[in-house]
Amino acid sequence: MAAVEVRGLRKSYDGAKSFVLQGIDLASEDGEYIVLLGPSGCGKTTLLRTIAGLEHATEGDVLIGGNVVNGLPPRARSIAMVFQSYALYPHKTVLANIVFPLRAEGMAKEERQRKAEWAAGLLSIGHLLDRKPRQLSGGERQRVALARALVRDPSVFLLDEPLSNLDAKLRTSARDELKRFHDELGTTTVYVTHDQVEAMGLGDRIAVMYGGVIHQFGRPEEVYDDPADTFVATFLGSPPMNLVRRDSHLIGFRPEHLWPVEAVPEQHRITMPFHVDRLEYLSGDRHIYGTVTGIGEDSRVIARLPATVTTPLQPGETHQFAVHGDRLRFFDAESGLRTAPISVGAAG
Amino acid sequence: MTQTITPRTSTTRSSAHAPRVRWTDREGLLSRVFLLPTVVYIVGLVAVPFFLAIAYSFSDVTAGQPSYDFIGVRNYVRIFGDPVFWKSLQNTLVFTVISMLLIVVFGKVLANILVADFKGKWIVRLLVLLPWTTPVSLSAVAWLWLLDSIYSPIDYVLRNVGLIDSNLYYLGQPKLAMASVIAVHVWRLVPLAAVIIMAGLIAIPQEINEQAQVDGAGFWRRFFEITVPMCMPVIAVAGLFGAIFTATDMTVAYVLTRGGPNNATQVLSSWAFFKGIEGSDVAQGAAIALFLFPLLLAAAIAILRVVRKMEVF
Repeated sequence: MAAVEVRGLRKSYDGAKSFVLQGIDLASEDGEYIVLLGPSGCGKTTLLRTIAGLEHATEGDVLIGGNVVNGLPPRARSIAMVFQSYALYPHKTVLANIVFPLRAEGMAKEERQRKAEWAAGLLSIGHLLDRKPRQLSGGERQRVALARALVRDPSVFLLDEPLSNLDAKLRTSARDELKRFHDELGTTTVYVTHDQVEAMGLGDRIAVMYGGVIHQFGRPEEVYDDPADTFVATFLGSPPMNLVRRDSHLIGFRPEHLWPVEAVPEQHRITMPFHVDRLEYLSGDRHIYGTVTGIGEDSRVIARLPATVTTPLQPGETHQFAVHGDRLRFFDAESGLRTAPISVGAAG
Repeated sequence: MTQTITPRTSTTRSSAHAPRVRWTDREGLLSRVFLLPTVVYIVGLVAVPFFLAIAYSFSDVTAGQPSYDFIGVRNYVRIFGDPVFWKSLQNTLVFTVISMLLIVVFGKVLANILVADFKGKWIVRLLVLLPWTTPVSLSAVAWLWLLDSIYSPIDYVLRNVGLIDSNLYYLGQPKLAMASVIAVHVWRLVPLAAVIIMAGLIAIPQEINEQAQVDGAGFWRRFFEITVPMCMPVIAVAGLFGAIFTATDMTVAYVLTRGGPNNATQVLSSWAFFKGIEGSDVAQGAAIALFLFPLLLAAAIAILRVVRKMEVF
C-alpha cells in the first residue's frame, strides 16, 4: 500500500482558467524518500501543500495510507511538515515548540516529556530545550523543526526546502544527517527542492516537475542518465546536457562525456571538431566552452574534463573531441521527448 | 547571484563637471531641517502650555486676575479636599480601565474580521474606520441624540421589540450614564485599536499559522497559543492608546452629560475644564489637569517596558 498517492490531481486558484498543477499522478512505496525537484514556480510546493491539506485539490484525489483525505483538515492527515522557514513558534521555548503537537493531541504530560526528550536526543538538541528560537543558529532551528515533526509519529514527512536557509557548508552535513535520520526511522518522506544536488543525494526517486506537470519520475541515475525529455536533460547536471540539432532531432550528450579524441576509446566513438572559446578551472575540473561542428548544426557546448585528462587546450584553437556512442541521447526537436537513436554518421 | 553595476554614467558626468556636494547630500543638515516643523509644533502647542500649566498650578491666577503670585501647593491642598475631585479621579480610572479592556477585546475581534478575505472587504474597512475619523464632538452629539431621554431610537427599537416598557433615560441615571460614556469611548476607539492589532496580525508569518494547523491545533488553540501571544506587543500598544485617549478625553463626558447627573460621569479633564475655564479658576483647573500626567506617564512607561521585554520575533 502506498503511503502517499496522488491521482489525477489538478489545481487552479480561485476559479482561474489556468492550472497550477495539471494532472499529477504519483505514488510512493512505503518508507520511500521522494523528492519533488523543479525550478521555482513549477508547482512542487503547491503539490506538497495539497498533500498536507493546506491547499485543496480542484480535481483528483490525495491518498494517505490508502485513504482518500481530500476533505480532511491538515491535522487529521497523519502528516508532519517542515517549512522552508522552519516556522518555529518564536514566543515558545524549544521544548514547548516540540511538545506543541502532542498537547494538541491531548497527550499526558509525562508521555509528552518522554517523547520530546527522545526526539531531542535523536537530533542532539537536548541542551537547547530551554532556549527560545531566536537564540538558535540556522542548523539548530532546523533540528528543532525536525524534532517537532518527529514526535507526532506521522505516516508521512513533508519537507519544503528545509536546507535552503542554511549556508553551503552546513547544508552538506545537514543533508547527510537528513538521510541518516530517514534510514533510521524509515518514514515515507516527500521532499521539495529546487537544488539538484539535494535531490540526487537524498531521493530514492525523483519527480522532476515543470509547468505543473511531472516530466519524469524515477531513480536519480535514471533521470540523470536517461532523461525523458529535453527539460529533464537540461535541468539536471551542472553544466547541463549539451543539445545539438540535427534535422528534426536533438542529439544530447553530457559535458563530462565530451573529451578530447585521444582520451576516448576508439571503439564506437563519435568525433567532432570543437572550437575552444574559453576555459574555466572549477574544483579540479576544466570546463571548456566552445562550438562543435560536424554532427549537426553548429552548436555552443560545454565539455567537462577531469584532472586526469591533461590534453593541452588553448582558446581560439580547434581540437578533435569525441563522445562514446552509448552516451548519446536523442530527442524530438519539436516536442523535446526522447526518441529512438538515429544514425549520426560521423563515427570513427 | 551577484550583479555588477557599472557606474558608467557617473564617470562620464564627472569628467564634464567636477563632482560637488549639494546641501541635500548633507544628512546632518537635512535631518535638522526635516525635524524643525515638528519641534516648533511640539514646543508651541505642547511644551509651552504644559509648563505654563505647571507654573499656574502653583499660583493664584484666575481669568479675571491674571497676575502671577506664587502660592505654593495651596491649590493642590484645596483640590484634595474636594470630594468632586476624588469622584472624578475614580470615574477617570473606572472609565479608562473598563474602556481599555473592551477596546482591546473588540479591537482584536474586529482585526480578525478585517484580515479575513471576503467580498466587499474594502467597504467594511472604510465603515469601520469612520468612527475614528469623525471629530469626537460631532460623534458625541450624534450619540446625544441616540441616547435622548424622549426620542432615543435605541429605546424606540427596544420598546417595539418588547424588551422595555418605558424609556431608559440613559444620561439621567448615574449607572446608565457611566455605561453610556464608556460605550461611546469604546465605539470611538475600537477602530484605532483594530487597525493597530491588524498590523500585528498581518506581521505573523502565514507559515506559523499553517504549521500550527499541521501540528493539529484547532481554531481556539491557534488563537490563544499563537495569535494572541504573537500579537501581544501591539495589543499592549493598542491598549495604551485606548487608555490615554480615554483618560485624557473630556469631550464625551462634557457633550453627553456635562459630568452629571450629580457628577456621576465627571472625569478629571472635564472637572478641570469646569473649574478652570467655566469657573475662571485657571490655577486650580491646571492643578486638577496636571494630576493625571504622572499617572499616565507611569502607566505608559510600565506598558512600554513590558512590551520591549516580550520576545515574539
